[in-house]
Amino acid sequence: MNWLASLLASVGRSVLSPLAALGRLSIYAGQTIGHLLRPPIYLKEIGLSLVNIGYFSLPVVGLTAIFTGGALALQIYSGGARFNAEAVVPQIVAIGMVRELGPVLVGLMIAARVTSSIAAEIATMKVTEQIDALVTLSTHPMKYLTVPRVLAGLIMVPVLVGIGDIIGIMGGYVVGTQSLGFNSATYLKNTVNFIEPFDIISSLVKGAAFGFIATLMGCYYGMNTSRGAAGVGRATKGAVEAAAILILAANFLLTSIFFTI
Amino acid sequence: MIELSNVHKAFGNNKVLRGVNLRIESGTSMVIIGGSGTGKSVALKCILGLVTHDSGTITLDDEDVTKAERDSFLARFGMLFQGGALFDSLPVWQNVAFRLMRGSLKRPHSEAREIAIEKLRRVGLKPDVADLFPAELSGGMQKRVGLARAIAAEPEIIFFDEPTTGLDPIMSGVINDLIREIVVEMGATAMTITHDMTSVRAIADNVAMLHDGVIQWTGPVADMDASGDPYLEQFIQGKAEGPIEAVR
Repeated sequence: MNWLASLLASVGRSVLSPLAALGRLSIYAGQTIGHLLRPPIYLKEIGLSLVNIGYFSLPVVGLTAIFTGGALALQIYSGGARFNAEAVVPQIVAIGMVRELGPVLVGLMIAARVTSSIAAEIATMKVTEQIDALVTLSTHPMKYLTVPRVLAGLIMVPVLVGIGDIIGIMGGYVVGTQSLGFNSATYLKNTVNFIEPFDIISSLVKGAAFGFIATLMGCYYGMNTSRGAAGVGRATKGAVEAAAILILAANFLLTSIFFTI
Repeated sequence: MIELSNVHKAFGNNKVLRGVNLRIESGTSMVIIGGSGTGKSVALKCILGLVTHDSGTITLDDEDVTKAERDSFLARFGMLFQGGALFDSLPVWQNVAFRLMRGSLKRPHSEAREIAIEKLRRVGLKPDVADLFPAELSGGMQKRVGLARAIAAEPEIIFFDEPTTGLDPIMSGVINDLIREIVVEMGATAMTITHDMTSVRAIADNVAMLHDGVIQWTGPVADMDASGDPYLEQFIQGKAEGPIEAVR
């Protein structure tokens, strides 16, 4: 009967462990939101995070968006040609970038660039006792480390998504006008006329949600790292994986809410 | 006065503290010795609230530390961490003046910098170190910066966690002398964790030996060599044979 007890214990552990992790993450998210709304606010740290997360992500976001927009234009043109619908390239590129690819790709690039960086930095601080030092210096680590980064994610990722949307559409425009024979004025007119304000709003809301997820995962995994270099590595890997999966899951959820209800 | 009464702490099945009783009088320097992994750092972290003890009481001037108002409680402490724990992203002077640049002790930027440079000078570092980053300093210099940070806000109580670990004997002597001078000069209460017996003799007024989760022996440093306690004698003399099992 011992093997049965072991089997049941193993099944129990594999169910309880993810639930416990989800609970801890939810508590951490709740505490972060609570601290977002209460002083003290460290303006210098917020400013630095805005620059690190926003400004320094621009090259990655821009390059990702322009190549994606260009490739999307080519795909839609060749796919549309199968049923004589080549003319819809501007509209589909615009809606594809704004509603879906812009926010998701920016979110994933932020998960790769920012989440990993935050997790590695905070995890290193944890294993070198810098977090303990913060506490002894009367500074709440969540206020000093988590809040500025999450706030910057909430503010800057929607901005990056907006910029990514525009650059992606411009990528499609360049390919459309230079390789596919579209008239420049017509391409732009079709793009502008087709996009509705709600498409842009949904894009920016997704950006804010993904920014929150990406920065929160970096901070959470960093703060909860285990000892040593291996612990820092595990925290970084876990943070990026969790952020990427949660961003894609949140994207599905938000798309369901925005466009099906 | 800091008092620990029957303090217990376990991490899972590992019972680290099994009823620690210790009293540190105000203005004295207590050094806690003991082998690696005996819970010295845990005891220190329990006092600061960095680790929550499972049972027992820890009081500071007869007030339970778990019930004290956190900011004003921590404002009474300074701490030198084993590895320095300097903030990599900040220059040296901002590390030293960290507490003076935010919170209830906030000072104007220029005043905070002046105090930081003064404290750096106090620990034997030149003002041109102020604008370097911690990664640009040697281990000994990092310890000194950590010491300057610990005393920057002139705390009543200073904790030193393995202050000489990783330093050469000469630099260890310099740090020991600095700690002793500063503690006497400030009239602070000091608690030091170490297994360096040279440090013990240089820093301590009183010594406590932690072994197997309890205080095995405590008394004035002058009584240490004639204590008659077999655990303490083995530790002081660094013998492999004795009541303390050496893991080989």
